[in-house]
Amino acid sequence: MQDLLTGFADALTPANLFWAFIGVTIGTAVGVLPGIGPALTVALLLPVTFRLDPAAALIMFAGIYYGGMYGGSTTSILLNTPGESASVATALEGNRMARSGRAAAALATAAIGSFVAGTIGTVLLSVAAPFVADIATGFGPPEYVALMAVAFVTVSALLGPSLLKGASSLVIGAAVGLVGIDTLTGQPRLDFGVPSLLDGIDVVIVVVALFALGETFGHLVEGTGGSRVEPLRGAPMLSREDFRRSWPAWLRGTALGFPIGSLPAGGADVPTFLSYSLEKRLSKHRHEFGHGAIEGVAGPEAANNAAAAGVLVPLLTIGLPTSATAAVILTAFQSYGLQPGPQLFTESGDLVWALIASLYIGNVLLLVLNLPLVKVWARLLAIPAYYIYAGVLVFACLGAFAAGGTVADVLILTVLGLVGLLMREAGVPVAPAIVGLILAPLAEQQLRRALALSDGDATILVSGPLTVSLWVIAILALLAPAAVKFWRSRRPAPS
Amino acid sequence: MRVRDTVPFVAAVVATVLLVVTGGGDPAADDDFLGGRQLRLMAPASPGGGWDQTAREMQSALRDIAGRTEVHNVAGAGGTIGLSQFARYRGDPTQLMVTGLVMVGAIESNDSPVTLAATTPLARLTTDYEILTVPAASPIQNLPDLAAQMRADLRAVSFAGGSAGGAEHILAGLIAEAVGADPARVNYVAHSGGGEALATLLSGRATAGVSGVSEMEAQIEAGTIRAIGVSSPQRLPGIPDVPTFKEQGVDVELANWRGIVAPAGISAADETALEELIVKMTGTDTWRETLTRRGWGDATLTGPAFDTFVRSEQQTVTDVLVKMGLA
Repeated sequence: MQDLLTGFADALTPANLFWAFIGVTIGTAVGVLPGIGPALTVALLLPVTFRLDPAAALIMFAGIYYGGMYGGSTTSILLNTPGESASVATALEGNRMARSGRAAAALATAAIGSFVAGTIGTVLLSVAAPFVADIATGFGPPEYVALMAVAFVTVSALLGPSLLKGASSLVIGAAVGLVGIDTLTGQPRLDFGVPSLLDGIDVVIVVVALFALGETFGHLVEGTGGSRVEPLRGAPMLSREDFRRSWPAWLRGTALGFPIGSLPAGGADVPTFLSYSLEKRLSKHRHEFGHGAIEGVAGPEAANNAAAAGVLVPLLTIGLPTSATAAVILTAFQSYGLQPGPQLFTESGDLVWALIASLYIGNVLLLVLNLPLVKVWARLLAIPAYYIYAGVLVFACLGAFAAGGTVADVLILTVLGLVGLLMREAGVPVAPAIVGLILAPLAEQQLRRALALSDGDATILVSGPLTVSLWVIAILALLAPAAVKFWRSRRPAPS
Repeated sequence: MRVRDTVPFVAAVVATVLLVVTGGGDPAADDDFLGGRQLRLMAPASPGGGWDQTAREMQSALRDIAGRTEVHNVAGAGGTIGLSQFARYRGDPTQLMVTGLVMVGAIESNDSPVTLAATTPLARLTTDYEILTVPAASPIQNLPDLAAQMRADLRAVSFAGGSAGGAEHILAGLIAEAVGADPARVNYVAHSGGGEALATLLSGRATAGVSGVSEMEAQIEAGTIRAIGVSSPQRLPGIPDVPTFKEQGVDVELANWRGIVAPAGISAADETALEELIVKMTGTDTWRETLTRRGWGDATLTGPAFDTFVRSEQQTVTDVLVKMGLA
């Protein structure tokens, strides 16, 4: 804690605050471009920080990072065009809220939720990082298999009203995720002899194609280009009721986000999906889900930010980046002369604590700057759709090209965009496809790795207390809804 | 209306930023043959591994002599995914890629459609040796302990390491052969990089880990894993307490070299200019300091000698892999 305070002292000079301010502003400005997620934002803007001294560069970087994250949430909510997989869950309810005139409330709960989760995440990071790292390193392949089972069972809430359509979407995503050379054996799969498919399909491209392009093509097909949404109806920002419903979701999102984000194969997307499902199960307003439930924005957005802090645990302690953004952060660390590893805290402690303090300051500054701007952003919706989606199309292509640097990526983007349109026309939800895309390859790889470690002995999957507890949770989550239903049918309500 | 005012502002900010990012490179003194263009270095592995480190150290050593270079990662399958992408840069002298023993092995074992023939070998830069580690809590204290377990039940001894057919996989096979076990039956669990393999080793699920010395040094110093042998001919100055395989009666030696290639089809003049640039880079203080800090051996070799070396490595590696049933 003492170290953290010293970090704050290093970071909190007027000049550094100025750089943080600039960072947040340009981070938000680039992050808000549709189809450009935080990873790409940070990658594009990172060179800007290279000319500053390390402390100033770190704090500006932190500003860009949080600005990019928040900018990404803004476009997810307003335009239903997430730029990365971790914003997909936010878009689900957020965009529904925006369309029913509650954009400002959605943006506000996202901003405050990010702040709350970021604050708790930063404290946990500084207090519990070594402890969390110890537990996290206990996670080997069998533990991941069990965790994936929990995830698969619980994300069913994301599948939407029709189980068949939801499951089809999941399978489409899984198939796309398995394209490319298999890590364990080096065999190419589902590549149809096309060399550019050997490297697999970038998650960002799939997300942007299914959401941003699907949305754009949807407007085109339906001829709704001239339509506009009334940006603000009813309560301008967060009403008392909104706040009362948001805060438990923020805390639950944080509780899921930080620990899962800390795992060496964690990342930020799984906790956002889990948080969405959890909120839907616990909500007293379950009928609102699918029509703009505020918990469905508050939870995943908090989970995303808490996970972003959690991701720093494996990154700092074993130098393992577990999300696209973390990989860019690692690059940033190395360019500032930090070498992540178990001795990072002892060798370059000052800089690390300055970084952690910077992340926190970036988070606070973001809230201060963006909360007043919420209504301005919401007015974007007043622009007719064809203006906006022409821009979306341009930036989606630009983003896809910038991510991989090949024309093939733009072609893949277009093809998947058409798939997204077909899914949309058939009433198949696209969010489960993203879940399948993320979870299926991870589950497959860890299952095969676990079985390889035990030389084919399947009992390794239930060896150790962690795996057993996770399997029990998975089974309970699977049986609980059915059991409740059965119990209710046996004892009909007295009405 | 407020929105109409903010849109041009956002556009202006973005345009400015993009200009700063793309156009602001410091003009370098002697990059005539590049015509002021920026070099792009591909690390055909995920961030954190040996190739990535090589690319990033080159980036900083090149800063003073060739301006800013860009490093990008294309991960997976022993670098063959990166290689297949790199082959598309045919004739472009501003694209470079880090390569090495691992890629030579992966091309064979993955039966990759694209081989090093799609590149112009420029220079070998470093050698890194492989280290054998066990979790700190493991009962295994030294290589003879591990060898005994391998002889008793080879399949029960799992090795966590980098991609299938890579240097680590080859080393696991060589150790098996040297201790009298069947190299084709080694239980080797492939990962896409040193960081992932380390995570599996730290979880205690794998019997042993095989990895580049530089990738494990920090963890060994911190005491979270224990080193039981190194693949160098003599003990390494950075880790004087770790005995070689040979000292422990296991006749295995393996050097994991890393080098740099350009795309095929570049002009002879460009090839010479790039080789000169790289040799100049290996002479910089930054690069010298890197070699010491990372514990990499200096193995600079260019021109026809490097071409010959690459061919002989292809032969040697293919032989080993065939014996292991991988090629």
